[in-house]
Amino acid sequence: MTEAPPDSAASPLSEWRDGVAELAPAMIAAMPLALLYGAVAAGKGLSPFAVALSSGLVFAGGAQLAAIEMWTSPVPIAGIILSTVLINARYVLMAASLAPKVGHMPLWARLLGFHVLADENWALAERRAAARRLTLAYFLGAGAVFWVNWVFWSWLGAIVGPLIGDPRRFGADFAFTAIFIGLVAGFVTTRRHVAVVVASAAAATLVHQTFGSPWHVLAGAFAGMAMAVIVWRPEPETAA
Amino acid sequence: MTMDATTLLAILGMAIGTYACRLTGLMVGARLALTGRAKAALDAIPPAVLTAVIAPTLFATGWPETIAGAITILAAMRLPLLGVILTGVVSVVVLRALAG
Repeated sequence: MTEAPPDSAASPLSEWRDGVAELAPAMIAAMPLALLYGAVAAGKGLSPFAVALSSGLVFAGGAQLAAIEMWTSPVPIAGIILSTVLINARYVLMAASLAPKVGHMPLWARLLGFHVLADENWALAERRAAARRLTLAYFLGAGAVFWVNWVFWSWLGAIVGPLIGDPRRFGADFAFTAIFIGLVAGFVTTRRHVAVVVASAAAATLVHQTFGSPWHVLAGAFAGMAMAVIVWRPEPETAA
Repeated sequence: MTMDATTLLAILGMAIGTYACRLTGLMVGARLALTGRAKAALDAIPPAVLTAVIAPTLFATGWPETIAGAITILAAMRLPLLGVILTGVVSVVVLRALAG
């Protein structure tokens, strides 16, 4: 094994290993969610193949779990797609923010890499890009492992889920809530962010009780944006 | 391996909708360089949407979920993601058992 001197460009293998190591906690955290998703989806009549297909093609945990919650017979296709786009509208901004940092990569790598872009690896890629040049091995390499991880565990969940029974018994349904709390906490670095989160929570709860799903997602998003505009101050935002 | 047309249609619709979001961002890219209030509003979208998705579970399900949520929020201020998840799951199981 040849150790590269610290100043020279890192090898693709070490970049890939960096990416996988940094993503490892998120992959472990995604495991119960994927198992839960597969188990609940199987309970709603989806085959393990359909579950794996949805995880592979959609690859958006929050939207997938929301869709499975809404999954009834007959399937409310329009409502599910609307909810999916609302929940994933954030990817427009996340992708836009990351786009200039992957401009040096070939088009196929950008197209594939952005398909496997999720909250966790987006946050890591942004952090990485702030410190050094984002490499294909780090971004797409680790993203691919993240994708395989999600598809595999959700497929397994669809197989073992029906054998275990109600995932609520193990509090597995709340893992989804907890991971979102953890992700939100990662965004909240100033008091203004707290105001945004409180406004969103209040509006979403109210609208959920009056109009139901998926409108609470839209209401929370707009309330949070409105609050961000209200509490905005011109001085440069230097996080404490 | 049978899958009815409705299931396939829903999955494809979700896939196209999601990839469209990711691709739009990639294509618009640096041209979406915003400043001031507009940037603050757009920066608020990820935490606001994530919060909105879970708010009904936290505040409109039952007291075990609400208390477990409060404990999980406290945990999120100190622990890494995995610890946050464990705290949330354990507290909701205990509180639901107490609620009977």
